[in-house]
Order: sequence, then structure tokens, then C-alpha cells
Amino acid sequence: MAANVNWTALAVFLFFFALVTVIGFAASRWQRGRSHKGAHLDEWGLGGRNFGAWITWFLVGGDFYTAYTVIAVPALVYAVGAYGFFALPYTIIVYPIVFLIMPRLWQEARRAGHVTAADVVYGRYASRPLEAVVALTGLLATMPYIALQLVGMQVVIQALGLSGEFPLAAAFVILALYTYSAGLRAPALIAFVKDVMIYIVVIAAVVIVPARLGGYGQVFSAAQASFAAKGGATGILLQPEQYLPFATLALGSALAAFMYPHTLTGIFAAGSARTIRKNAIFLPAYTILLGLIALLGFMGHAANVAVKSNNDVVPALFNALFPSWFAGFAFSAIAIGALVPAAVMSIGASNLFTRNFWKPYVRSDITPAGEEKVAKLVSLVVKLGALGFVLFLPTQFALDLQLLGGLWILQTFPAVVFGLYTRRLAAPALLAGWAAGMVYGTWTAYADGVKPVHKLLLGVHSYTVYTGLLALAVNVVVLVLVQLVVREAGQRRAPAAH
Amino acid sequence: MRWLLALPFVGLLWVPFYNHEDPALFGFPFFYWYQFAWVPVTSFLVWLVDRSERGEE
Repeated sequence: MAANVNWTALAVFLFFFALVTVIGFAASRWQRGRSHKGAHLDEWGLGGRNFGAWITWFLVGGDFYTAYTVIAVPALVYAVGAYGFFALPYTIIVYPIVFLIMPRLWQEARRAGHVTAADVVYGRYASRPLEAVVALTGLLATMPYIALQLVGMQVVIQALGLSGEFPLAAAFVILALYTYSAGLRAPALIAFVKDVMIYIVVIAAVVIVPARLGGYGQVFSAAQASFAAKGGATGILLQPEQYLPFATLALGSALAAFMYPHTLTGIFAAGSARTIRKNAIFLPAYTILLGLIALLGFMGHAANVAVKSNNDVVPALFNALFPSWFAGFAFSAIAIGALVPAAVMSIGASNLFTRNFWKPYVRSDITPAGEEKVAKLVSLVVKLGALGFVLFLPTQFALDLQLLGGLWILQTFPAVVFGLYTRRLAAPALLAGWAAGMVYGTWTAYADGVKPVHKLLLGVHSYTVYTGLLALAVNVVVLVLVQLVVREAGQRRAPAAH
Repeated sequence: MRWLLALPFVGLLWVPFYNHEDPALFGFPFFYWYQFAWVPVTSFLVWLVDRSERGEE
């Protein structure tokens, strides 16, 4: 252990961590009601499918705006300025999309008892290969995302002055145990604590920090001065060549956001379509919060914090400007903020594994109670895997994979969403589109050195666009072409059948 | 009414429209407060569309 442990902050941190641990274990008896199905995957994996508007608001808010966001968005804004703010348009336009798509998807899932996106796809197209690739994509995109929540936690644990890997491993084992016992109810209940804490921290930060730094005008001009000294594509405004990357990153991320297993689990756990519509109206409150969190990146410049890594800017700012008890409170909020999404992600991944791999390929006669048992065990494996990821592989590896994960999950959009509007698509067409998008996107991103955007040359002009969105375009073009061929073949066969 | 939901896309994805410092508000350059302003506006638009569709369920 390091000599410079911040004891006051650590004590506050331990208190809140103990509190959510108790809540996590107690959650298994929460919100059970008369409709409880007993041992059933709907209970462990979707909290009984009965969450109302408030619970859903806290759960999806706590799950979509992750701890890693609290660390990484200000880090990006600290490093490059305005460009990092694409997170704001992204988390605004996502809500019209949620409003249009998710109530319909929820209804389809509810009617047929679907638990995962891949269930929905199999229900529509009766294609095991299509189901498998949607499930596989979800798993691939989620694993590095869980690992990043751990990275977020590691950053605040270090800021408390603790070193070594034991604290992180201990925190994660506790999380794994109460998720095992309470399922989705644990993160849903902890989300109340987490979100209230994060709101308190951010409101305090946006009031206190600028007051100590001389107001927002001063914060922006200090940031501008550091960016001017730094040079490159940085600044408190965008450079013209950043317009297209900024807009396409926002759009592509918004389309991908609710394709992830963790966000979709939050949606499917809602008790009604009405609940989801209400949330599309009220969830943007978290976007204000995210925007304010992003501003912490600029405050880092105004406060002249010295950091070794950009990810340390938020903890360094809190340590510099808050009394140590409140810094401890803020770090607890971030760490607990990592527990909620990590739990929901591991549950989403376990649901996918159980419903879309175990059931079709290993035990087709599995009961809902058996599904619950398998999913609970898988959630432990998933969390250990993520922990191993963080402890034994370089952090950059998780970052790169998470970036690719966004691109990958976006390729499931046609299979999951288009079927809500047309029943005419053929599974081979969706499968071909998915494969084309995955291969094109992965290859392009890899060739660019795992960067989120790709420079496209068209004649004398070049356009820099989010690679995931380009891959989605390739996906849709291939889908349409194969669909035309399949239909043509189908029509030629049809008359012969008479 | 659903066309209202296209407005946030137009307002936020057409970046040159708001990539300015002036007019500033409470020390925030236009680029920032304009984006923040879209949050309640979008909530309101979704609410309007939702209200017009309620009862169709």
C-alpha cells in the first residue's frame, strides 16, 4: 500500500461500498410482487419484467451513462476539447430513436417471452445462424465494456492512494456474488444510490469548481489558452475538418447505443411500453449531467491539474478542489457507478449465452428454472473473465476492443430493427449484410490503427466519417442486394410449384 | 407529428450552424449552450409526439 493514502476519503469510500453491498444482497427480495415466477430466467435476468417508470429511469440511466463515461468523456475533452463533446448530441438524438423503436421491440419481446435481441431475431426469422451471430456480436461488444468499467474503478481506487490489484479484485468478487444471488434487481436498486450520489457530486462540482476558478468564462478561456499552446486539432471550437467526424460519431453511436445487451436488458425489464415512452422523455436529464461532467475536462485546464494520464483528470480535479471527505464521496459515486453497468452487462451477456447458445446447442429441453441456473453461473465466469482482462492485458487492448465493439454492435441494427417495419427481409440477406459490415468495419478500423474514424476518398474530396457508420452503410447495401437476389430466386421458383 | 422528432437530428448534426463562440451565455460559448439547450427541447418534442399518440395503443 502506498504511503499517501487519503484516510478520510478512504473511510467514506468504504462506508458507501459496504452500504451498496448490503443493498445488493437485500435486492433479491425487492419488487417481487404477486406475479413472481419463482425460479425463472425472467426473474434473475430481467427483474421480473415488471419495472415501472422510476426504476427504469434509474436503471437505464445508471447503466447507459457508465462510470467509464465519467472518467473518459472529461479525459477526451481535456485532451482535445470540443471534439469530445460529440457525446452530447449523441445522447440527445438517441432518445427520439429510443422512442420510435423500443416500445415496439418491447412489445414483440413481451408477447413471445424473448429475453435477448438474438431471441427476437430468431423469433422473426427462425434462423439459427442469424440468431448466433447477433448473440456473438453482443457478447464480443460487452466483454471489453465490462473491462472498461473496471478501469474506471481502478482510476478512483488509485486516486484514494491505494495501490496493487487486491482492492479491485475484492470489489469485483463482491459484485459478482450479489449479482449471482439477486440478478437484475441488484443493479436496479443500487442504481438509485449511485445516481443520486453522481447527481450530488456533479451539481457540487459545477457550482463549486467554477466559483473557485473564477467563473465559466474563465474556465473556457483557460482551456482555450492551453489548447492554443498545445496546437493540433484541439480547441474549444471544432476545426472545419472535424464537423463530419463529430456528426457521424454522434449519429452512429446513437444508433448503436440501445443494441448493446446491457441497454436492451434495461428496456426488456420494463413493465410496459408506456414506461419506455415516458423514459424517452425523462432520460435526457442524464444528458445534462453528462454535458456537465464533460466540462470537468475544461476545468482541469483552468485548475492546472498535473496528470500522467488523461484518465486521471477527474480524480485529480476532485482531489485538488474538494475537501477530502467529499473527494471520497465523489470517488465512491464513480466506483459504485461502475458496479451498476458491470452487473447489467454481465447479466445481459449471461442471458445471451444461455438463451442463444446453451439452449439451442446444448440443452434444447431446458426449463426456465434451468436457464436461470445456467445464466447465474455464466455471470460469474463473465466477471472473472473481465477481471482477468484488466489485470493481465494492457488497458489499451480493452480500449481498442471497446471501440471495435461499438462498430460491431451497430452491425446488428438491421437484424434487430428493420424487422419491426417489414416482414419481407430474408435471413440470408441480413446475415450477408452483417458479415459484410463486420469484415469491412473491422478491417478498415484495423488498417487505420484502431481509430474511430476513416478517411474516405471520393475523387478529389476526402471525407472523414465514423467507421461504424460506413460499415453499416456497407451492411445495408449488401443486405438489399442479397435480398433482391433471394426474392428473384423465390419468384422464379414459385410458379414451378403450381 | 412524428416529423417533429427529426428536428434534433437537423439541429445537432448540422455542425457548422453552431460551431461559434458568440453569442455567449453565462460564460458558455454558443457551441456549448446551444447543445445543452437541445436537451430540454428534445424532451419536449418527444413529449408532444407521445401526447398526440396516446390512446392509439
